[in-house]
Amino acid sequence: MSKRVVITGLGTVTGLGVGIDALWGGLLEQRRAVSPIRAFDAGGFACSLGCELPEDFKVSQFVPKTYRKATKVMARDTEIAVASADLAARDAGLFTRGNAGEGQAVTYAPERVGAHIGAGLIAAELNELTSALVNAKGDDGKFDYHKWGREGMGHLTPLWLLKYLPNMLACHVTIVHDAQGPSNTITCNEPSGLLSIGESLRVIQRGQADMCFCGGADSKMNPMGFLREVYSGRLTTTMNDNPSQAVRPFDAQASGAVPGEGGGIVTLESEETAKARNASVYACVLGFGASQTVNPGKRNLFPDEHGRGMVSAMSAALREATISHDAIDLIVAFGCGHPDYDKAEHAALCSIFSDRLAAIPVVAVRPFIGNCGAGGSAIDLCVAAKAIKEQTFPPSINRDHPLPGMLGNAPARQSDIRHVLVCTTGLGGQNAALVLGRA
Amino acid sequence: MASPTPRIVVTGLGWVTPLGHDIETVWQRMMRGESGVSATTRFDASTFPTTFSAQVKDYDFRSCVKDPAIHEGVGHNTAYALGAAAQAWKLSGLEKLGNSFDRTRLGIYLGSGEGSLDFDNYVAANLAGFDDATQTIQGKAWARAATALMTPVREVEQEPNMPLSHLAMEFDAQGPAYNCLTACAASTQAIGEAMMILQRGDADVMLCGGAHSMIHPLGVTGFNRLTALSTRNSEPTKASRPFSADRGGFVLGEGAGMIVIESLDHAQKRGAHIFAEIAGYGSSADAYRITDMHPEGRGPMASMRQAVRNAGLSIEDIDYIAAHGTGTHENDSTETRAIKNLFGDHAKKLAVSSVKSMFGHLIAAAGAVQLIACCLAMRDQTAPPTINLDNPDPECDLDYIPHKPRKMTINACLSNSFGFGGQNDSLALRRWNT
Repeated sequence: MSKRVVITGLGTVTGLGVGIDALWGGLLEQRRAVSPIRAFDAGGFACSLGCELPEDFKVSQFVPKTYRKATKVMARDTEIAVASADLAARDAGLFTRGNAGEGQAVTYAPERVGAHIGAGLIAAELNELTSALVNAKGDDGKFDYHKWGREGMGHLTPLWLLKYLPNMLACHVTIVHDAQGPSNTITCNEPSGLLSIGESLRVIQRGQADMCFCGGADSKMNPMGFLREVYSGRLTTTMNDNPSQAVRPFDAQASGAVPGEGGGIVTLESEETAKARNASVYACVLGFGASQTVNPGKRNLFPDEHGRGMVSAMSAALREATISHDAIDLIVAFGCGHPDYDKAEHAALCSIFSDRLAAIPVVAVRPFIGNCGAGGSAIDLCVAAKAIKEQTFPPSINRDHPLPGMLGNAPARQSDIRHVLVCTTGLGGQNAALVLGRA
Repeated sequence: MASPTPRIVVTGLGWVTPLGHDIETVWQRMMRGESGVSATTRFDASTFPTTFSAQVKDYDFRSCVKDPAIHEGVGHNTAYALGAAAQAWKLSGLEKLGNSFDRTRLGIYLGSGEGSLDFDNYVAANLAGFDDATQTIQGKAWARAATALMTPVREVEQEPNMPLSHLAMEFDAQGPAYNCLTACAASTQAIGEAMMILQRGDADVMLCGGAHSMIHPLGVTGFNRLTALSTRNSEPTKASRPFSADRGGFVLGEGAGMIVIESLDHAQKRGAHIFAEIAGYGSSADAYRITDMHPEGRGPMASMRQAVRNAGLSIEDIDYIAAHGTGTHENDSTETRAIKNLFGDHAKKLAVSSVKSMFGHLIAAAGAVQLIACCLAMRDQTAPPTINLDNPDPECDLDYIPHKPRKMTINACLSNSFGFGGQNDSLALRRWNT
């Protein structure tokens, strides 16, 4: 028998603030973090909207004093992951090397703690890099390889490369919290966060760890990361003057996505050890599924219109949970707000839930916090876990004209929530789905 | 009662490496102790601290795929992945199953790196958008230059999940699909996790491995700044010197390794040829420092111990270890210490070698080509050599199979990969006696 696994801590850093309470409160109040980008002048792009973290976000508040120096080699993505993990540990009431006071025992033996954290393609900080590149300008003003090799590259800090390796999110987290168990870095674009949580689930189920930090983090709020989002062909270009209405998942007038930055990390524990330490539990993880979309016509950059891959991931998660779709009371969907993605996801949901879809809230957080890349689907899971714990549906917004057979706009409301289905897809066509049950 | 854990076997192998693009040619060259290292030609590296690398030569993915059009514009990583996977697929004989093979039961788990940076255009855009007075990028000027110079296809193809996406299209693989990028440990980890997926019964067949190329100006710059690369510019073929006292860093390589794995039952029912059994997998984190390995090799010991135990073997059963063996001072002495700490007296009885002495370091793809070498070593009962081991290091005092391959009994072996930042993975293999 594989072990039962529960969620005991949530850590989120999003445009709605630091911590799960800030995110949850912001959702209930229907606040949107979508606005013109502050970090750089995006006026040269057809879309100039984004979702940025509050300006006072500082990673140094989330690492022990002894590790502050290391924050200098952290990219923004890594900062978000480190902060999210710290929040998740505290929320779970765990003591680790990272937060235990002097003489205070850590909760878990280090080799029983794993870390599975999804990451994006981290963009190099352009001011830093270009300050070095200008030293290799030739007489014609163009980049000169010879000059770069001889003197230019010396202007880059020696540890420059280490800032941009995607596994640094997980590595810094393992060092801060002394997590010596299995560790992995999933790099599958948007599904990375949820796939990473699936990896931790398997590791705990097969007994290779008792607790894992898992999820993902990403930031597209820099020129290069943003350009790649523009080039993915998924952004809205018609809503620059109307940020609060810009992202419209499952709405007939949806025109595209808005990129953001953020992270979500959960503490996943074996039910046995969580009970033994009297941990407060958000939810049980009952089932997980992963799959691949094959849509050569669009080179897997967009899903096929039937959302076949999403159907098989959701079916696998329901199968493992040994529940039928009748037992699902809330769906936290990808809902990025691009019509092709939304239609495929809608088709997939229709195929699983048929007529019942009209009775189940399908919630999407991207109108509030944007598409946070590799972090997004982990944030989705955090919202799902909070919803089941609070027995409250988060609101649905910007859905004045819902796709057929789907609920439209709705405020948050209390309700009986037995199970939540979280599903996601993304650029490149990987899919993941997860079923949560009550604690 | 739970049913017994299924045994997982390798039924297909393929690689694209600096020593060639098919299994047997490359293996023969390894048996002759050849080096794939030479002057870098991908870009003008003549004034870089390191002027050489182990490049893949004379390779074009178009001859390996059904429809080259859907793969146009891919990065080197995906191009190599397609060629390696095509070899593995062919050897596996799965194509013969035709429509009876449910492709939702075919999964992919890769440990691939990012695609090829569009360096010249990227640099030109950055210089055009840079304001010298404030030393900052001006958003609008940068956006204008960047959108004029850089193309959507080349940018999207840099996403690390693109090799996975292209293999899925090529083989219509609709099962569980993952890419992990745990630096140099990635493809060993991918194979280990693919094995776990099969053991859970979530797929019937997994295509797994990795692909990577960091042979581009910023890749070499990054490693040069870390002083991780050998700078033996006068003798490129001698530059990769794992375990030698005068080793001076690793040699950057590129390529891909792909294998097909499935449960023993599934392989036997369809009469597949079996190369080896993947018997155990271990994963750990040093949780020590971003820049250094734990001095006692704590993480590597944990991953090797788990792999041996997971395979149901004891440490005395291990005959050969395909080492991570990068040729950096720190890795080789730490790996040696970890092997000695874990294996005790048996450390002196087993043999260790590093194929990176010949290929260079394929970074994310390194573990997969190493694992393929292990499969061939068990098939031929001959271990590949560590070339360039001219000056033994007192800190590295194991049997590293210097210079020439060795005929020996290999019933079980380990393959190690340790990533920058401290993620470690090991796989245990068992010989398949037909």
